[in-house]
Amino acid sequence: MFKKFANWAKSRGGVHPIGHKEKSAESAIRPASLPDMLYIPLRQHAGASAIPIVNIGDKVAKGQLIAVAPTEVSAPVHASSSGTVKEITDIVAPHPSGHTAPAIVIKTDGEDRWFDAGKIEDPFKTPPLELADKVAQAGIVGMGGAIFPAAVKLKQGAKHEIKTVLVNGSECEPYLTCDDRLMREKAEHIITGARLVRYILQAYRVVIAIEDNKPEAIKAIQAAAAPFGSIEVHIVPAKYPMGSAKQLIQWVTGREVPAGARSTSVGTLVHNVGTIFAIYEALMLGRPLISRVVTVAGAAINDPGNVEARIGTPISHIIDECGGYSKPPEQIIMGGPMMGMPVISDNAPMIKGATGILAFSEEEMPSKNQSPCIRCTSCVKACPMGLLPLEMASRVNAEDFDSADDYGLKDCILCGACAYVCPSHIPLVQYFQFAKGKQAIAKDAKKKMEYTVNLSVAKQNRIEEEKAAKAAEKAAKKAARQKASQARKAKSKPAPTSAPESTKEESNEQ
Amino acid sequence: MSSNILQASPYAHVGIGVNGIMLQVCFALIPATAFGFYLYGWPSIFLFAVTIISAVVTELLSLHWLKQPWYRILDGSALLTAWLIAMTLPPWAPWWIGVLGAFFAIAVGKQLYGGIGQNLFNPAMLARTALLITFPLQMTTWVLPAPFGTETALTFQQGLAITFFSADIPDALSGATPLGDLKTSLTLGVTASEFIATEFSYIQAILGFTPGSLAESSEILILLGAAFLLWRKIITWEIPVALLSTVVVLSGVMYIVDNTSYAEPLFHLSSGGIMLVAFFIATDPVTAPISRLGKVVFGAGCGLVIFIIRTWGGFPEAAAFAVLFMNGFTPLLDRYFRPRPYGRSAKGEPLPLPTQIELAREVNNLK
Repeated sequence: MFKKFANWAKSRGGVHPIGHKEKSAESAIRPASLPDMLYIPLRQHAGASAIPIVNIGDKVAKGQLIAVAPTEVSAPVHASSSGTVKEITDIVAPHPSGHTAPAIVIKTDGEDRWFDAGKIEDPFKTPPLELADKVAQAGIVGMGGAIFPAAVKLKQGAKHEIKTVLVNGSECEPYLTCDDRLMREKAEHIITGARLVRYILQAYRVVIAIEDNKPEAIKAIQAAAAPFGSIEVHIVPAKYPMGSAKQLIQWVTGREVPAGARSTSVGTLVHNVGTIFAIYEALMLGRPLISRVVTVAGAAINDPGNVEARIGTPISHIIDECGGYSKPPEQIIMGGPMMGMPVISDNAPMIKGATGILAFSEEEMPSKNQSPCIRCTSCVKACPMGLLPLEMASRVNAEDFDSADDYGLKDCILCGACAYVCPSHIPLVQYFQFAKGKQAIAKDAKKKMEYTVNLSVAKQNRIEEEKAAKAAEKAAKKAARQKASQARKAKSKPAPTSAPESTKEESNEQ
Repeated sequence: MSSNILQASPYAHVGIGVNGIMLQVCFALIPATAFGFYLYGWPSIFLFAVTIISAVVTELLSLHWLKQPWYRILDGSALLTAWLIAMTLPPWAPWWIGVLGAFFAIAVGKQLYGGIGQNLFNPAMLARTALLITFPLQMTTWVLPAPFGTETALTFQQGLAITFFSADIPDALSGATPLGDLKTSLTLGVTASEFIATEFSYIQAILGFTPGSLAESSEILILLGAAFLLWRKIITWEIPVALLSTVVVLSGVMYIVDNTSYAEPLFHLSSGGIMLVAFFIATDPVTAPISRLGKVVFGAGCGLVIFIIRTWGGFPEAAAFAVLFMNGFTPLLDRYFRPRPYGRSAKGEPLPLPTQIELAREVNNLK
């Protein structure tokens, strides 16, 4: 009781947007039909693009590896159905710029034939790091939208002593219900997945945090967790951004993650329920991440609901599964309305991190009529990080990014709570994204500059070294010649023993 | 998709705009204002209307000159500023007082600084102070309440004459504010406690029947409006509480020390515009600090200046001066008082990393 009160006092900011979850939360997850073409982007994760290992014309099976991860912080890509590789080309990617991105295009054969990768006998008797490798090979990334490779987190976690595995089922974004449905329908699998993660990390306990607006998910998970002592279900208040790792950790453990540190530094590792489910499928069934549950909603959708869709399915195909458009959409968003990104075309494919596909009608979009800031401090009250968005924005406006950092830009999680409440409709997140982008460019440029300077210094040194070496050689030759002539002159005299030493000294001086 | 201009997230909004905030504040002012109209009759209504109209016209002209979109007028800030000025004017002041006040507040107090959100000083208080210094006679001519339905109430024509044709105010109706009265009494050798016991009624003062500005004398109705704003989370408690408690503490200490020359705390709370200032004027977001601690310091500073000027200064009331004085400190307060960010100490350093032993202990305690 007291602890809860203390948490209320500590947990700051946050907003309570209208849920809009009712429609999609009530119908069961529908499996999407097989599309004719799959457009599987090579980069669906934080880190470098995957490298294709198939050729055009190759036959591939469902779950077959088609692109490998070039680095540790990257994820491989698998075919999400059987068929023929048609093209490896640039497609319209789910990116706000509308830029294209490389993808493998597969013409499906309708057989949906699995690739037999074999599965692990008993995962709970397999060494933890081997399991973490399996997770990496399955191409699993953070399914809550963070798209950070899950295995990297597991391996980092294995190095630290993890007390708490925090399974994030709070799903605080409006409209989204994919995690809610997953928890209701796959509770046991999620519990098994959570136990596997606990085993990999050798953690003390598992906490599954669910917002109090999902009573059925809570019931299902509680029932599935009951046989296992070390799995706790925490009911957290529905509040945005409760699902943000930092905020959830604070709520559950009472600790703040120190600035610049990772969750592991406070003995906690957070995974979304979708990620946990994917880990279950990878380790228990030997299936890589080739599909996910996605919420299709918004006023422009005829029949909102949750769809289990293959990665690479065109958005338009998934929307058709939900009865198509009821009216022309004003904006299609991938993810939730608070942090999702705009998609310029519904030809873009589904990716691993897509929690939602929202087609908003004109009335649903917020006003774009921006007016000057009146310093009402609504944004300060809403900020879950305790920052000063209005001051940050005015600094970004003046392109004074260092000062913006000083007012909190460096700690900003881009959750959008500030812009959600701003009565002046100032696009604060756009300001902060812009500033962070500029900072990244400046940082890159600085790195490049340093690299160039280092190279030129190295070149200078090398030239000097070469010069020195040449001079030394010359001196040595000269000395040798002198020695030879001296030897010739004084034929009978023995060579002075000090001569080679003096040459050495000379060359050293040079 | 019809629009090509892409907007960054979020694609959701709470739904209240700037005009929503301004109009709610105006709504909260209605009870006190309506009561003012009742007490002071037609002249007060005319003065109020003239002030509002002048502010709207000034705002439109300013927007035109400054090449700003005309619809900025709809944000309601000009309406609110003019409303607050009118409430603090002597109720039977001539019409040009309202016009000049509104013009000064909007054109000089707000638009010259760069428009809404840019002004350093509260425009309404700036205008009130400018009027007080420039036209001391008109700005300190107080009248006794002459409510509608009583014998002293003015007719429509009489009201027009007072506001627009500078008709003389009947001698029987001229009065003084309690704060002014106290100042005079003290110079005449009457002690503060005697004055309060004989000349002053708390009930009358709190209800608002004592002479004063157009619509700031009814503490109870101001508090009603304030409760609405607190409930709607448009204002927060920090500034009003700090301001009022500073006045209470200071006047309480002085009263205990010497009750012949210092009035008791409740007299201060029930007199003048202190409630209006505490809840509606000092809380103006544009000119108040951002952080909670900054707001507390700001409110306390206002309270301190109010008490000093009321007690030892040359003016009986000092709320406007106090707010302007503290407005000047707002940038400084914003610089030094900031909320502690998540994961950082108050100084802005990252929090120390917990040790494994600490964490283990915590987990065990939780179980």
